[in-house]
Amino acid sequence: MKSRYDIAIVGAGPAGMAAAAAAAGHGASVLLLDEQSEAGGQIYRAVSRQNFKDRNILGSDYYEGLDLVSELASSGAEHVTGATVWQVSPEREIGVSKDGTARMVTAGQVILATGAQERPFPVPGWTLPGVMTAGGAQSVLKSSALAAPDAVFAGSGPLLYLVAYQYMKAGIPVRAILDTTPRANALRALPHLPAALRSIGALMKGRRWIASLRAAGIPFIKHIEDLKLTGTDCVTGVEYRRGKRWRKIDAAQVFLHQGVVPDVNLAMAAGCAHRWSAAQLCWHAETDAWGETDIPGIAIAGDGAAIGGALAAEYLGRIAAHGALHRCGCLGRAERDSLAAPFRRALAGEMRLRPFLDALFRPPRRLRIPQGDATIVCRCEEVPAALIRESVALGCLGPNQLKSFSRCGMGPCQGRFCGLTVSEMIAEARGVGVAEVGALRLRPPVKPLMLEELAALAVEPVSMPGKR
Amino acid sequence: MASSTHTADAIVIGGGLHGCAAALYLARSGLRSIIVEKDHVGRHASGVNAGGVRRLGRALPELPLADAALAQWRNIRDLVDDDCGFASPGQVKVAETEAELQALKARRETLLAHGFGHEEIIDAKQLRELVPALAPHCVGAMRVRGDGHADPFSTMQAFKRKALSLGVRIFERAPVETLQKRGGTWRVTSARGGLEAPVIVNCAGAWGGRIAGMLGDYAPVEVQALMLMITERLKPFVKPVIGAQGRSLSFKQFGNGTVLIGGGYRGRAEPERNLTHLDFGGLAANAAAAAALFPAMRGARILRCWAGIEGHMPDGIPVIGAGMEEGVFHAFGFSAHGFALSPIVGKIIADLVATGAADLPIGAFSIGRFSRPAA
Repeated sequence: MKSRYDIAIVGAGPAGMAAAAAAAGHGASVLLLDEQSEAGGQIYRAVSRQNFKDRNILGSDYYEGLDLVSELASSGAEHVTGATVWQVSPEREIGVSKDGTARMVTAGQVILATGAQERPFPVPGWTLPGVMTAGGAQSVLKSSALAAPDAVFAGSGPLLYLVAYQYMKAGIPVRAILDTTPRANALRALPHLPAALRSIGALMKGRRWIASLRAAGIPFIKHIEDLKLTGTDCVTGVEYRRGKRWRKIDAAQVFLHQGVVPDVNLAMAAGCAHRWSAAQLCWHAETDAWGETDIPGIAIAGDGAAIGGALAAEYLGRIAAHGALHRCGCLGRAERDSLAAPFRRALAGEMRLRPFLDALFRPPRRLRIPQGDATIVCRCEEVPAALIRESVALGCLGPNQLKSFSRCGMGPCQGRFCGLTVSEMIAEARGVGVAEVGALRLRPPVKPLMLEELAALAVEPVSMPGKR
Repeated sequence: MASSTHTADAIVIGGGLHGCAAALYLARSGLRSIIVEKDHVGRHASGVNAGGVRRLGRALPELPLADAALAQWRNIRDLVDDDCGFASPGQVKVAETEAELQALKARRETLLAHGFGHEEIIDAKQLRELVPALAPHCVGAMRVRGDGHADPFSTMQAFKRKALSLGVRIFERAPVETLQKRGGTWRVTSARGGLEAPVIVNCAGAWGGRIAGMLGDYAPVEVQALMLMITERLKPFVKPVIGAQGRSLSFKQFGNGTVLIGGGYRGRAEPERNLTHLDFGGLAANAAAAAALFPAMRGARILRCWAGIEGHMPDGIPVIGAGMEEGVFHAFGFSAHGFALSPIVGKIIADLVATGAADLPIGAFSIGRFSRPAA
């Protein structure tokens, strides 16, 4: 790693790989930083060293990632694996750790391609051992080809059905799928159906997964309105409600999922402006047509800015790369526009399906905002829902103040996992919009850093302490 | 709301710990006050400080106040109905060389000459017994028994709650727009409407100089952003608060296991935008100091680094006392050492307002010590 690059990209998922590959070869020095040991991100995790011989298990969409991986490898971009980025400053200094050594790298242009994370699912018992996210369950399958049998999949959204389908294909027994998609969503999604029908292929894929699961005799229970995970030391069952009726199913392993949201942590810590998206119920970065944020030289590409899926992320990565190349003087305006044009067209096609999916799989309020008082919201500091509501009653106006009322968001994850829940809860309790309540302010380092790594950082202090 | 006028006996500008403490003591003296706060209570230095309660190393004029404050901290529940997380495991300033130890001994002699015996010198063996986790090269230390720390968050909330329960009104998100005197009454306009009172108490911290200017006084407040960092929860391994004679370091482990590391390293403050920016070079030097004294800490994970916006006076001691105009009182400019003093300064301000005099010597903190630079 050098100390300075023209363009630095954080995250080697579809957006980051495409951005790095597109940016290289135009005379700019390009660095791609990623935490994993090989390129792929979450969606194409371990695609280049896949253990499954049968490609039908993970599906052809997954193996499309191989093209991006090889394009990246031959692009000339410097791809640093095992690199944790813990800070991006408005001056585009990137704090990064690799092999126990921290350093600062400066970039003329930064593209954040941090992707998505799964939306919190704060129902009673969601923090019990044995409960994990469907995305987590999928990464176990992709990276080690090992997985827990007899799991209950609960929640809503394409990833939930896909992972259950992949488990089934891999021969791992699935106990049941408990679908929490609200009955009323279909009606709300209907106006978006005509546009979505132009992407009929993608729509049918989801239906095919569900049909295959059903054909295999796996119970697929729809319109579940409430969920509770039971057990004392670890999860032993799932209670679920349809209408007025509660039922119970035994489970030693539960995979939860109710959609993905942008991973905004680095961008927010850098100070990039965000706005609340009522359609996707999450924070979206304010970006221009090239992905550039309100901080000059910092762009966001892919799901990290707004959820669009893997193909959209790839196109957005290429578009952001051309924007960055232009800003650093490697591409003229006209050249930039013409090179990016095909990706803009492809992107428009890819996004036709999105409003339909957003409406159809919009998670219900009662599964986003804990209904009971005892449900844990902040798992690091074990803050229950009741304490958050009490804090609001005592005058707490937003998530940053909540820290001093309850320590919520002050543990190792700094609210990366509870932030959305907390903002929505406070907004509901105050009777105002989420935008007014705001988001938890993340403090650097965005990911924990060892004291000795920080101590060894070869950066001179701007000023030494005065007398105290 | 905006057109109404609120009246009180005193208007306290700034809803930090000092503002709340002043309002709380005013209420105990039977005086009704309104706190106007431009953001929300405890938003700045009061909410992000290190929570130190120390006499160790304080400037001489502050020592009578620090002694009196410590007595209040020991019974803090009587004042605010909450223990504020106060603990008094002592504070220790480590010497790593004989020369540093000599400097500490000289400081002790100076204090003794002024009648303060709280700073003791301990040798290497006593130091190791007191702080076994300390690096073995340390040769001795200054120790102050009875010093300690409290939890800034619960302290801030407890002072606010107690003030409210005594009838103090708090207007948040209400920056002061204008400040004028008509007859014997001060009139403040803010986003929450007009306020009138015969007394103004300026507890505006980093913004204290600006408010002093609006009140006809002059104070050259330096705005600074002192950086702190905190680790994950670790097994308890150090009880006293640790500083060092030869390094800029303040190091303490809270009851929940987290370790707070500071040392006066500065980031960059943007007070107009309520923003601070960290200097990782300074944080690295701070981390290196901590790792040198506590080798076992090297693998501990730092979870967060931050800086608060604080007001610092050029001579390192705060402004406490009456202003030039009738009915004006100041308490600001405490940067890095105001947390511990807040209960006593609140009492001093209330005494000044109610009786015109304080029980403790505060002459050194007069705002009159600064003179306006020639135009």
